[in-house]
Amino acid sequence: MVEHFDAPTEASATMTRTQERIPTVVVDDAHIIYRVHQGAAGGTTPVAALRRLVKRTHAPNVREVHAVKGISFTAYRGEAIGLIGSNGSGKSTILRAIAGLLPVNRGAIHTQGQPSLLGVNAALLNDLSGERNVVLGCLAMGMHPDDVAKQAAGIIDFSGINERGDFASLPMRTYSSGMAARLRFSIAAAKKHDVLLIDEALATGDKGFRKRSEQRVRELREGAGTVFLVSHQLSSVRDTCERTIWLESGVIRMDGPTDEVIRAYEAYANSK
Amino acid sequence: MATTALVDPDTGLTQAQLAARHGLRVAGERPSLVEYSRRLWAYRHFIAAYANAKLVASYSNAKLGQLWQVLTPLTNAAVYYLIFGVVLAQNSIPNFIAYLTTGLFIFNFTQSAVLAGTQSISSNLGLIRALHFPRASLPLSTTITQFQQLLASMVVLVGIVLVTGEPLTWEWLLMVPALLLQAVFNAGVVLLVARLGAKSSDLKQVMPFIMRTWMYGSGVLYSVTLFDRLPGWATTVVQYNPLLVYIELARYALLEEAPLLNESLTQLWLVGAGWALVAGIGGFIYFWRGEQEYGRG
Repeated sequence: MVEHFDAPTEASATMTRTQERIPTVVVDDAHIIYRVHQGAAGGTTPVAALRRLVKRTHAPNVREVHAVKGISFTAYRGEAIGLIGSNGSGKSTILRAIAGLLPVNRGAIHTQGQPSLLGVNAALLNDLSGERNVVLGCLAMGMHPDDVAKQAAGIIDFSGINERGDFASLPMRTYSSGMAARLRFSIAAAKKHDVLLIDEALATGDKGFRKRSEQRVRELREGAGTVFLVSHQLSSVRDTCERTIWLESGVIRMDGPTDEVIRAYEAYANSK
Repeated sequence: MATTALVDPDTGLTQAQLAARHGLRVAGERPSLVEYSRRLWAYRHFIAAYANAKLVASYSNAKLGQLWQVLTPLTNAAVYYLIFGVVLAQNSIPNFIAYLTTGLFIFNFTQSAVLAGTQSISSNLGLIRALHFPRASLPLSTTITQFQQLLASMVVLVGIVLVTGEPLTWEWLLMVPALLLQAVFNAGVVLLVARLGAKSSDLKQVMPFIMRTWMYGSGVLYSVTLFDRLPGWATTVVQYNPLLVYIELARYALLEEAPLLNESLTQLWLVGAGWALVAGIGGFIYFWRGEQEYGRG
């Protein structure tokens, strides 16, 4: 049942361990609480809403979701760390917090440089052509216009959206969901990053694209200090990460070498 | 770097001490105002490209496409002229069409910027949650998009003003500084409502009413001399209304005989510049102070 691969990246990991380990991400007892507006639920008259506005109290229909409940770990330069866990365990949330996109409510997250989140949900403008979205996306990542002009063609090639005719000049709303996701990934992967956070990005696209993108992630990882990978595909975690953190309902359940953690996780998932 | 040390010097440190030892910074920390302005400047290409993209995207589903940039203000002017010029027959103002359209287009510049600005954070949550960039880029690019639309409607306005018999004079050049002051004022107000709109989504529902009240207080549709009938303090308030000031500046520049509420031109320019400065700087600082909150949901 449990396939066993020898992680091909183990050698490079042990090499870095001989030197002093330099932390790149330090998460210190982080708590993250979402506030969710549920719209007008029962018992919310306009008068009551007005009274709350005046008294500055929270509406009863605002629910708090405690997504991350006190997580601590340290990531070092040269590490690739997988984050696994069932849906809603707080994986994507902690990733966004490391990227500085979500504030923590308690505790702290310290990072070196500006971590970049590489996700498939970098929403761009659907009414614009793929080409313009590439330019816009690259500028939004802080690239210089000259570099953007140089790389734009390469990004479109990598995404493979032109494999079936000239799609790059069509508005993105005409794309299939797979094509759009591939383009977004290609844009995000075009930049070098200090700390790279990857959220489910490898799950998109067909087999050919997946191979290309896994290759690209490996390259990015060689250039980057640290890579985090959130995935439900255990095989891609196994292929790219030597350390894995398993989250379950907002707390760390296990943190260690990928093989051990995945074995425990699979046993847990199958027993459910 | 002590590579020979067998004992890891980091053992026994708390997470916070470890972070401090290696000079890590808190994720998502708000930069200083100067640093923030510097980063924003570095993102100027993004701001411009995004503003352009929004402009193109806004008409991409319409068959007539970019033509609507001109058709929308033209239709607007026609409707208001029908009601206030023909049906209600305002004869007290010389060249009423030009008077009306000048007021309407100048007011519309701020109105559409503010309405779009209210949603500039909340309608871009996907982008905000995915990428890291100075959030002020979004409201600023909203302002630029509206400025580009204003330029299109200015072409229409110049046409209307000339056709209705106003002479072309050197005073027309005053439109340039007047519009620039208004653009700075708009940027400040857009930054303000962007932060307010990000915090409470109810603002979107209230905003149209605020803007309509503001419009009636700015002498867009009728003669500003009507404000003289108000009690003294109220006339003063209206006189300092930034939008009335910008509209009067434009009317002064383009029209020969338009009635003005403010008699002193120096005062008009001073008040106009003052509002631009206060709104621009105040709005920017207010927006910067909320930088970490955006995208929190």
